[in-house]
Amino acid sequence: MIGLGHYLTVAAILFTLGIFGIFLNRKNVIIILMSIELILLAVNINLVAFSTHLGDIVGQIYALLVLTVAAAEAAIGLAILVVFYRSRGSIAVEDINLMKG
Amino acid sequence: MYQAIVFLPLLGAIFAGIIALVGARARFPGKGPVASVEDTAAGHGPHHGAPDVYGGGVIHSSHHEDEAREPAAAGSRTAELITTTLLMISMVLSWIALVDVGFAHHDARVPVFTWMSAGDLKVDWSLRIDTLTAVMLVVVNTISAFVHLYSIGYMHEDPYRPRFFGYLSMFTFAMLMLVTADNLVQLFFGWEGVGLASYLLIGFWYHKPEANAAAIKAFIVNRVGDFGFALGIFAVFMLTGAIDLDTVFAQAPSLTGKTINFFGWQADALTLTCLLLFMGAMGKSAQFLLHTWLPDAMEGPTPVSALIHAATMVTAGVFMVARLSPLFELAPHAQTFVTFIGATTAVFAATIGLVQNDIKRIVAYSTCSQLGYMFVAMGVGAYSVGMFHLFTHAFFKALLFLGSGSVIYAMHHEQDIRNMGGLKDRIPYTYIVMVIGTLALTGFPLTAGYFSKDAIIESAYVSHNSLAYYGFAMTVIAAGLTSFYSWRLIFKTFHGEPHDQRHYEAAHESPLWMLIPIGILAAGSILSGFPFKELFAGHGVEEFFGQSVKMNPHLIEEMHHIPQMIAFLPTVMMALGFVVSWLFYIRRPYLPVELAGQHQMLYQFLLNKWYFDELYDFIFVRPAKRIGYFLWKKGDGFVIDGFGPDGVSARVLDITRNVVKIQTGYLYHYAFAMLIGAAGLITWFMFGLGGQ
Repeated sequence: MIGLGHYLTVAAILFTLGIFGIFLNRKNVIIILMSIELILLAVNINLVAFSTHLGDIVGQIYALLVLTVAAAEAAIGLAILVVFYRSRGSIAVEDINLMKG
Repeated sequence: MYQAIVFLPLLGAIFAGIIALVGARARFPGKGPVASVEDTAAGHGPHHGAPDVYGGGVIHSSHHEDEAREPAAAGSRTAELITTTLLMISMVLSWIALVDVGFAHHDARVPVFTWMSAGDLKVDWSLRIDTLTAVMLVVVNTISAFVHLYSIGYMHEDPYRPRFFGYLSMFTFAMLMLVTADNLVQLFFGWEGVGLASYLLIGFWYHKPEANAAAIKAFIVNRVGDFGFALGIFAVFMLTGAIDLDTVFAQAPSLTGKTINFFGWQADALTLTCLLLFMGAMGKSAQFLLHTWLPDAMEGPTPVSALIHAATMVTAGVFMVARLSPLFELAPHAQTFVTFIGATTAVFAATIGLVQNDIKRIVAYSTCSQLGYMFVAMGVGAYSVGMFHLFTHAFFKALLFLGSGSVIYAMHHEQDIRNMGGLKDRIPYTYIVMVIGTLALTGFPLTAGYFSKDAIIESAYVSHNSLAYYGFAMTVIAAGLTSFYSWRLIFKTFHGEPHDQRHYEAAHESPLWMLIPIGILAAGSILSGFPFKELFAGHGVEEFFGQSVKMNPHLIEEMHHIPQMIAFLPTVMMALGFVVSWLFYIRRPYLPVELAGQHQMLYQFLLNKWYFDELYDFIFVRPAKRIGYFLWKKGDGFVIDGFGPDGVSARVLDITRNVVKIQTGYLYHYAFAMLIGAAGLITWFMFGLGGQ
């Protein structure tokens, strides 16, 4: 029987992958965006799992909300990337260091 | 009337000051606000390229060229005339006051207004008019008026005359405040006022570094004396609880035998107080140990030397001792000290005067020496006699200075007597008045100096002071030395062969502005002696001075019964000095050179003024500089800047410089920081206080 624990484990693994995707990635900003998606999905799995477990529909509604936001965020992120590439000619993570003091 | 005497010069000073300010504004428009008379000097700015016409020994071929470069300030003539006229009025009123007070005995206290009132201390501005004051009023205003008049001629090439006349009148006002003081604080006000005016006037040609240095030196040396003077005033207040003279004098007899604790030493109260007060007099009157500023003060314009550094300000110390005679009479040890210092100065300054070559410095050392005479008289208790010498000395010493000024003017600002010679044919009028001044100074019979100086020597002889014989011997020796150096000056300047042909040819008599005052002073040098003899040093003393000085009545009586030999001694010394001088500089001019060669050490010792400047440089100046340098480099540079405000700000900069490095600009670093932060926050909520 697959219980709550399994779902949470999968979510945790996905979350950790997402985190490491952000930190260990030295190549491409798109991978960071993908990692953020991964983190959000991990959260979604948590929400749905708890919703089923507790018999409360609010969690699933909330998961849909997160999906919407994630879609919007991805769209904006990609749009920024395109603009950034036009102005700087690169989207390598190493080259994006304008935010230093 | 007394208000007019004292405040007319102030009015003149204010007028001249305003003219000077307006002139400065016109000359340098938009130079920022100029707040007071003193500021005018600063207002001119350091870079206006004033001509160095007055540099000692520097020869200037054309004065007109210099004049063209710097036009006189607007209203110069107005300022001159206003100040001089007001001083003339003051002078006439002073003579009236002398007659009124000295002979009709209309002593007066003129209250002006209350200055300050704090607890027991109550200080009024008020004018104390008694014979002592009246004599000083006459001296100050007469000399000052003629010096003003003389300055119109002497300074006519100077572009800053309104400022000069403003300072002169301001000095006169401060001096009048000093001599009319009714309490010690007002006396101190005048005392410092004349010190300030002296500083400003010595440094009048402020573009000359030597003049600035001399001004600062005079100011600082005077502060040493003033420190003692201020302590003396504090001591008087502590002992009597009052500072107005009447109360102090009334209480003085009850103070004998009292002691005060002075750094753990039980000192006799009155002796200590008098010594402290006398310290102020030593500074102001350039006595032995504190004399070094006076010769240097000759860097100032010559009229200033005549007014301040010969006739009036330097005699303030003598006046102060006379004014406080009721205190000094009760402190015999202090009197002995006064005698000692006076006698020592008289001889000491005279020996230096023997070998100096600057015409003004010779006269300056002579002044120093004559002030020593006055202090001998003060020390032995013959206050009126000391005042007599002050009175006569003011005339002939002002005359000698103004005469020297006339010579310097004729020689185009040449001051070295070695470059003069034979001038008596070129400037006969100056020659005659200088000879008169010299006769009076050396005590030639029937001139002013003869009566006053002999009276001092006699009073020293008959006095019961324990150092009276020292005072007597020293003043007699000094009389001979005085005669020698005075005639040396005359012979080297006016007789013999001209040493500088070009200057000799160009020498010319001074304008009338200058000749009239020195003529009048020459008359004063002869006439100020005999008519006043009885009043100052004869049987009329008690009648004339009344209560203003405390005299031992027997002293005058005894002076009239001294052996004939003693009475003639100063005259003999005078003649001896003259003969030796004549021998040295007219008959056998090679003698002094040979003598100097044989006694090289002695000659150098005297020429270098007993090495006092070097000694003070070694004892005070250089250690002070070293301490200052240490405090600057170690105290301020290392400690304050290292650990103080600068240090703190430097550490903050160090820290921020390192903190800034954390901000790399890489996205993943920021994300990592966010993660750590979030993790830390959650951990805190789960396990820490937040979880409760």
